[in-house]
Amino acid sequence: MRQLYKHHLFWPVAILFSLLLFNFIYSPDFFSIVVRDGKLYGSLIDILNFGAPLMLVSIGMTLVIATKGIDLSVGSIVAIAGALSCLIISRGNDQNTLSLVLSAMGMALLLSLFLGLWNGLLVAKAGIQPIIATLILMVAGRGIAQLITSGQIITVNSPKYAFIGTGALAALPVSVFVVALMLAIALLLTRKSAMGLFIEAVGCNPEASRLSGIRSVMVLMLVYVFCGLCAGIAGLLVSSNVSSADGNNAGLWYELDAILAVVIGGTSLNGGRFYLIGTIIGALIIQTLTTTIYMIGIPPEITLVVKACVVLIVCLIQSETFRKTLVHRWNTRHYTAEREATSHVNQ
Amino acid sequence: MEQQPVLEMRGIHKQFPGVKALSNVDFRLFSGEVHALMGENGAGKSSLIKVLTGVYSIDQGAVKLSNQPVSLKSPLEAQEAGISTVYQEVNLCTNLTVAENIFIGREPRRFGRILWKQMNRNADKLLKDRMQLNIDVTLPLHAYSVAIQQLIAIARALSISAKVLILDEPTSSLDANEVKQLFSIMQTLKQDGLAILFVTHFLDQVYEISDRITILRNGNLVGEYMAKDLPKLELVSQMIGKDLTQLEKLPSKSASEQFEGNEIIAEAKQAARKGAIEPFDLKLRKGEVIGLAGLLGSGRTETARLFFGADALDQGTVRMSKANQHIQSPRKAIEHGVAFCSENRKTEGILDELTVRENIIVALQSTRGWYKPLSRKKQNEIAEHYIQLLNIKPPHTEQLIKNLSGGNQQKVLLARWLLTQPKLLILDEPTRGIDVGAKTEIQRLVLDLSAKGMSVLFISSELEEVLRVSHRIAVLRDRRKIKEISDQEMTEHSIMKTIAGG
Amino acid sequence: MSINRKYVPIVVTTSLFLLMFIAGSFRYNGFFSPQVLLNLLIDNAFLLIVAVGMSFVIISGGIDLSVGAVIALTTMISASLVQQLNWSPIIVIPLVLLIGALLGCGMGAIIHYFKIQPFIVTLAGMFLARGLCYVISIQTITIDNPFYTAMAQTKIRLPGGSFISISVIIALVVVAAAIYIAHYTSFGRNVYAIGGSEQSALLMGLPVAKTKILVYTLSGLCSALAGVVFTFYMLSGYGLHAVGMELDTIAAVVIGGTLLTGGVGYIVGTFFGVMIQGIIQTIISFEGTLSSWWTKIVIGLLLCLFILLQKVLSARQAIFKS
Repeated sequence: MRQLYKHHLFWPVAILFSLLLFNFIYSPDFFSIVVRDGKLYGSLIDILNFGAPLMLVSIGMTLVIATKGIDLSVGSIVAIAGALSCLIISRGNDQNTLSLVLSAMGMALLLSLFLGLWNGLLVAKAGIQPIIATLILMVAGRGIAQLITSGQIITVNSPKYAFIGTGALAALPVSVFVVALMLAIALLLTRKSAMGLFIEAVGCNPEASRLSGIRSVMVLMLVYVFCGLCAGIAGLLVSSNVSSADGNNAGLWYELDAILAVVIGGTSLNGGRFYLIGTIIGALIIQTLTTTIYMIGIPPEITLVVKACVVLIVCLIQSETFRKTLVHRWNTRHYTAEREATSHVNQ
Repeated sequence: MEQQPVLEMRGIHKQFPGVKALSNVDFRLFSGEVHALMGENGAGKSSLIKVLTGVYSIDQGAVKLSNQPVSLKSPLEAQEAGISTVYQEVNLCTNLTVAENIFIGREPRRFGRILWKQMNRNADKLLKDRMQLNIDVTLPLHAYSVAIQQLIAIARALSISAKVLILDEPTSSLDANEVKQLFSIMQTLKQDGLAILFVTHFLDQVYEISDRITILRNGNLVGEYMAKDLPKLELVSQMIGKDLTQLEKLPSKSASEQFEGNEIIAEAKQAARKGAIEPFDLKLRKGEVIGLAGLLGSGRTETARLFFGADALDQGTVRMSKANQHIQSPRKAIEHGVAFCSENRKTEGILDELTVRENIIVALQSTRGWYKPLSRKKQNEIAEHYIQLLNIKPPHTEQLIKNLSGGNQQKVLLARWLLTQPKLLILDEPTRGIDVGAKTEIQRLVLDLSAKGMSVLFISSELEEVLRVSHRIAVLRDRRKIKEISDQEMTEHSIMKTIAGG
Repeated sequence: MSINRKYVPIVVTTSLFLLMFIAGSFRYNGFFSPQVLLNLLIDNAFLLIVAVGMSFVIISGGIDLSVGAVIALTTMISASLVQQLNWSPIIVIPLVLLIGALLGCGMGAIIHYFKIQPFIVTLAGMFLARGLCYVISIQTITIDNPFYTAMAQTKIRLPGGSFISISVIIALVVVAAAIYIAHYTSFGRNVYAIGGSEQSALLMGLPVAKTKILVYTLSGLCSALAGVVFTFYMLSGYGLHAVGMELDTIAAVVIGGTLLTGGVGYIVGTFFGVMIQGIIQTIISFEGTLSSWWTKIVIGLLLCLFILLQKVLSARQAIFKS
């Protein structure tokens, strides 16, 4: 039983389970799923569908955070990807041709990869702190998105494009498959090859990794490019869902939600060990939280306050100092300097 | 010297989970004297200092200053009690000016407003009068060398009217002239009545400047001696606790000539790096153990790093001879069969959040590339093999490396590099923090490897150790390779003579 | 030589500003007038105040992402208290300043005592402040209280026919006070020391805990004050005010020459960093055809440039030292 508590997924799963249970108690048809026109409908399906963009962005963010980095530009990349694909489609003669739709999506993803590469270069080659390096794209990126849409909201009328965000395959929303695919790729890449080890090593100690022969530069570039790609795909899902692109509001706050999902999932902001499944559960928790608040009838404005508290609680629990403080508060209350200067101990 | 010690510590106990740092230690310091505190790594020197500076609390015992009991709960309290410390890594703020570093926290003020001109004047006067230092105090600290920064740190200590000045390994980063300068200042301060606690591992310096010596070993007090009454050999044997002649014999080494015909594995030609090492030539032959001897700061680690490509060359070449490849980066070096076990295990070695198993296999894995992962089964086999070979405790492959003691962490790193089966193994202080019994194991391992054809570049600050394992020794001083010594000439005396410079 | 190197980033910033002003004057009619310069101050008074607070935080080695949210919260609390409960501004304004300071103090305490990264704590603070805004009201609350409208509309005439607003005076007083604090008080010097090396500062016996908490309290106070000035400017309380302002603030501080790693920076630099942001916007509006979102792109590029410049300069300094 002890083993169960210690497993890193225990608390995230427990929280998700409690939330779902709470919803069920509050509204008994929460778990009901109906089939209509060959598609599944229900609250659970909604959570998966609407949470898909967040899950995608979070997957990419997990790997970046594992390298002791962060990517604040994902929201902007979401907006840019949606903007570019809608722009290209809206310029076509027949907005519903497959080739047009595919090339529009392709261009958008290509741009996302390039933006990820830009971030990677700043962090890995120029050695700029990740917060600041990605801050640049976060600021400039909104401007770029606006530029692409010329400040308007571009609407498109293309059932083929809308399929990704609103369609269904084998009765489940397409978005679920997209997430599953990216998750599978991420898991394969990190757990079936040595790349996961390299990422964790770079996150623990970049210099020691370099001296062990790991190509830190390549690893860092890879995670930022992958994060950009995930954000791009998320952007396509979002804009396809509403058949339009909003340069201003698309992807707003995504980076913060993604960071939150990663942290709840058990990956530490200090880098090192990462847990992709944990992140997915974290993203589901956030999405379920939003749904729960809506369902209870609490004004959605509270969501932010609740998120703030959750972030804080999770970080406090993750903070060794906090845990030690609870346990040792009595013994060490006279010797504050010992806690603070303990790094001086190890030689 | 007065009758009453200005500082007296009695029966000090300090325990950490699993480690007894100090056990019933007594220590006393008189004003107007320099008292050296000596001991191997892990003896308890640092812990004793940290008790005095308010960083550690004591579990048991009493500390008295000028015959008054004191309880030192923070660095500030220690400072206010009159105990000032200058640490090994100069703990000042290099972004602030010299004057500010001396006076921050106690700047001259009027109505709460800091008077810069006066502060600068005071700093200037203090440095000129008591440190014989004539520098521009308005420049930021980082504009000056570490030696000067140290003197400024001492000036700060003085300006706080210290009764006790603690110097924690102050000469580690100084060259001979700078050490002379420091010692002359210490003499002046001594004559002014200051009590100085001097921590060092340099034997000669101890005898040059100290009046009294206290030796610690494994957290216990060995004894307090007057420097003039303690011969060097006895000092060393008290520190490492064994008569030198009784240290376990190693299998006999091959004589140096035997290697002259062997192929050259790696060669440095006029290799140099600015600020690190002057141009040098060095040939490394197959199966040979080459030791690098010299004082701290003489350039040994810098030389070794050039053979691994960890630092870039400014001049000359370093090549792996067989493949005729320049060594330009750690990755390339590993590919060509070079391994480097760094002395800074915390910053350059351990991957702290990862397990022992992962730490061991990481270098080998990097040579295989990301698409050829070692199977979990193979990883476990490898990890268990090395845990047994090097006697790593606790013997669990999934233990997080950060929970291991320093010595065991060192062994894990050693395992990492042994696993890559290099042609050239570079070991920089491989036995640091490891107990004496295990030290001999590692020394034996080095000789075994060399007998099997591996070349080893061996660095240690313990001269006896270098002598025991090396076939040939390159002596360095002040970032320059002076001479190579082999065979009959390989004695402690001749090496120390070469280091000292004739 | 070292002293000169220290001032290079600030010289670059100031020169850039002058360059832009001169270029603008050549290109556009009516650009070269004192009112254009003063308008920079009028339109960016709140940014100046919040950037001053942020400067101290960044110099101490931290970061504060909550500033925009605290500004919005301040406008919201002010608006709701003044409009809906008819409280007098004399009570409301000190109250919101206190709230801002308390929020900052709380964040600072959590950051220091529990050793959690400032990034995440102030992020939570940002969520909290925005959330509280929405809890008070989702809609805008317009302010028509005579005190506020007076503050918004009063023009202080200067010799020569130009004018400034009261907010400008508040902002300039804050800047002057900040320069004094940074250079002449122990608190200010301790901030620099901690930014240089927190470990060293601790071992030197400096009051690290107090200083760190105070720095975030100061930032909260500045954000609240900036919020008050913003309220004068916008005459409304709204949860979506100042969205993204934390980024503009950080950009201003960085462009002003303050190192993100801490320990180095000047308040004067921040002043010019804000002015540069303002002048970019002015140029864009004078240009007429360029849309305002170019501002964001240009700021982003400038930020990038300055950070690379900082990197190059500190690399040079390291080689110089050895």
